[in-house]
Amino acid sequence: MTVGMTRRRSIVSLFTACLAITACANLGESDSSRVDLIRNRGELRCGVSGKIPGFSFLQRDGSYAGLDVDLCRAFAAALVGDADKVEYRPLTAPERFTALKTGEIDLLSRNTTFNLSRDAAGGNGASFAPVVFHDGQGLLVRRDSGIRSLRDLQGQTICVGSGTTTEQNLNDAFQSLGLPYKPIKYQDLNQVVAGYLQGRCKAMTSDRSQLAAARSGFEQPDRHEILPEVLSKEPLAPLSSGGDQRLADAMRWVVYALITAEEMGITQSNVDAKLQEARDNPDLTQMRRFLGVEGDLGSKLGLSNDFVVNVIKAGGNYGEIYNRHLGPTSAVPIPRGMNQLHSQGGVLTSPPFQ
Amino acid sequence: MSRRRSRWLELVLVIAVLTVVGILVNNLAVNLIRTGLGLSFQWLWQPAGFVLSEHSLPYESGDSTAWALLMGWLNSLRVIACSILLATVLGVGAGAARRSFNPLLRRLAALYVGSIRQIPLLLQLLFWYFVAFLGLPSEPLAPLGALIRLSNQGIGILGLNISVEFAAVLMGLSVFTGAAIAEVVRGGLDSVPRGQWEAFRSLGLAESPGLRLVILPQALPAILPALSSQYLNLAKNSTLAIAVGYADLYAVSDTTITQTGRAIEGFLILLLSFLALNLLINGGMQVLNRIMLLPGQRN
Repeated sequence: MTVGMTRRRSIVSLFTACLAITACANLGESDSSRVDLIRNRGELRCGVSGKIPGFSFLQRDGSYAGLDVDLCRAFAAALVGDADKVEYRPLTAPERFTALKTGEIDLLSRNTTFNLSRDAAGGNGASFAPVVFHDGQGLLVRRDSGIRSLRDLQGQTICVGSGTTTEQNLNDAFQSLGLPYKPIKYQDLNQVVAGYLQGRCKAMTSDRSQLAAARSGFEQPDRHEILPEVLSKEPLAPLSSGGDQRLADAMRWVVYALITAEEMGITQSNVDAKLQEARDNPDLTQMRRFLGVEGDLGSKLGLSNDFVVNVIKAGGNYGEIYNRHLGPTSAVPIPRGMNQLHSQGGVLTSPPFQ
Repeated sequence: MSRRRSRWLELVLVIAVLTVVGILVNNLAVNLIRTGLGLSFQWLWQPAGFVLSEHSLPYESGDSTAWALLMGWLNSLRVIACSILLATVLGVGAGAARRSFNPLLRRLAALYVGSIRQIPLLLQLLFWYFVAFLGLPSEPLAPLGALIRLSNQGIGILGLNISVEFAAVLMGLSVFTGAAIAEVVRGGLDSVPRGQWEAFRSLGLAESPGLRLVILPQALPAILPALSSQYLNLAKNSTLAIAVGYADLYAVSDTTITQTGRAIEGFLILLLSFLALNLLINGGMQVLNRIMLLPGQRN
């Protein structure tokens, strides 16, 4: 009797366990968007580097700051309604795609180059938002080394970070010139910098923005120079794991909202006044749609109709974010160049909010 | 009655287990398809497209990814084999020194084991690389003429040139594992009854032959199993080489995974390669067991 009971109980518990496992196993297959998950959690999990001044860098008080970080904040403002509700996950270059794919983070805003292999379903299968920083790979050398161009680096050692497109670009550049070279690969930019400063390599290579950021921390920055050659196009963009249209659309239009806001002259400080102006003046249809006073653009994305207002209040428009972290008065000044609005001679532009 | 019931129960149990396994496998397959992956190893035969700073066999960036991975595997094997040799010399020396008559030797060995075992291996590797080896001048130092040449561009010993990356991994792994081996050796020596020490000393045998001829053969059964596990640890710890820029198997896989986006396949190959490495070490240790131990001592 007791034996039978125990046995029956064990069968019941076995089936319960089976059910639980089945339920968990099926969770991954469901069609629901990650947007709902983020909303329910009330917090956005954003993958960043944490080690690149100007893009994402750990501050003295333990917070993160930079262009990539402000984008996380803008996404959180649109998705959760509060720019402060972000949990930052510092990730190394090789870790980042695994973290995204396994769902440990919701999205990645970490100096990631947008290219075909990473976008395609047969590659990393990610969904990229629009480019937020147009960069290019360069080489940093000592001024007194006598190296003035790529050809002077023939047969020399070059420090490079592994697990990045940087390594491939370097190889392509030297192979097309038919020059031999010797890469010393490290896992992390800090080690690349240490290897270069310790004299292991004649040059170090990375995106020019990262070289500028790294050089700003050197003891004598003016003793080092970035070679004029640009080895690659490095359009940096935030991304989400593929196959989730709602999240991908939301990210895409948040980035476009930042660019459009700069085009329309809407800033963090005047957004309330502009909103009032749009409410009072029915003729400003374009601005009314943009700020969610009329129409249902936000709702179509599955966001609040005035998500643009939240996004601009979080950190201002694209130009404001850029100037805060990379502008002439910032710690890591990088000329805006290609990253100007199209009307100012750059390449940034946004499709219409219609 | 009860037998029939238990047979039914077995059937239900088997079906339940099979269902769960089936669901999990199906789930993995569905997710692989959903994320557009699917398992494929085609990329192994495509050109690697990257240069390696050191390789034991001829290699160019146009060679296949599989060949590049093999170069990484050989680099791992090379540094592991050299480290095992050096770690054993260090460890046996320090372990024996801890039971030596000479108080200075005893204290030095205790200091070595005590301090090295307290510091994480990664920190030690970074120290050897960035402080010790990259701290060398770029113009070679030649303290013994042409015998030894030291610079932060490479190390030359008796005409043999090794990279500073290799040297840093070799030193880091050997010194770290040597400390652990010293403890294994000391434990083994202590397992031999005191009477045996007194016996060879009373026969007038000197310390070193006494150790070699009387104590060590009896201590080996206690030392060898723990020693193989230290060797296996050393092999696994060698993946930290990427921190100091050495092109080992892990570093090469890391690059191929990023370039191909084939993380699951890449990790599978990495797992199998390390399994192969460790089976090699295991096999070597079994041969050593057979040679070193008397028939009665084998287990």
